[in-house]
Amino acid sequence: MKLREVSQILNAQVLCGEEYLDTEVLSACGSDMMSDVLAYVKDQAILLTGLVNPQAVRTVIMMDMKCICFVRGKMPDDKILEIARDNSIVVMCTKEGLFAACGKLYQNGLVGEGT
Amino acid sequence: MADIVWTFEVLANNFDLAGSASQVAKSRLKQLSLPTELIRRIVISMYEGEINMVIHADGGIATLTVTPTEIIVVLKDTGKGIENVELALKEGYTTADSQIRELGFGAGMGLPNMKKYSDNLVIDTEINVGTTITMTFKLNKK
Repeated sequence: MKLREVSQILNAQVLCGEEYLDTEVLSACGSDMMSDVLAYVKDQAILLTGLVNPQAVRTVIMMDMKCICFVRGKMPDDKILEIARDNSIVVMCTKEGLFAACGKLYQNGLVGEGT
Repeated sequence: MADIVWTFEVLANNFDLAGSASQVAKSRLKQLSLPTELIRRIVISMYEGEINMVIHADGGIATLTVTPTEIIVVLKDTGKGIENVELALKEGYTTADSQIRELGFGAGMGLPNMKKYSDNLVIDTEINVGTTITMTFKLNKK
């Protein structure tokens, strides 16, 4: 699935990284706990989270993920977007909750396991 | 080739910058064309350590040394020290408060993650004096 389709499925607003929307992704994870992402995630491409702070984006960078999607309509500030832009990370924002957002992507073919 | 040494100052209680040293270290390590998986293990461990220094200690100094055979990450602080190292290494054990949890950390996974991802972890700590954590990553594992 392309990141563009992810944004469409989640009816998400793309806040930065539009130029990378043709990137193919196979898996995603959802968590508000960054230590868990650092501990258990392997090669997932998207992080869905309700945690809006620089550490969430930095976690995505550390894990070589491509995209962060903030759920529950939470909007990142410019500082967060700047870090994302500097590191070629796509940032999206959806009004969906974490459970529903993950469910919709799973239903459309994304998996939880890294590939 | 001479060893490469990078030093980063980690500021206490600066949550905007928490993790930025690891972020810079990652981009520099990438320029050295090291294996992606190795870089990831190094920066995850350094990131966890850096967050620990910001929230538990009064900041400190992170040093990353690249030698022809290994990469060594040393995190040195002058904070309150770790009371019970054995407990701190246990997954899920935490002394973090709600402010730390709001950052997405404080799940008791910091030191366990550092142990999991490094090839060797040494914790040298003294109450009210500080903690020095040394993590080694072999360049040519197996």
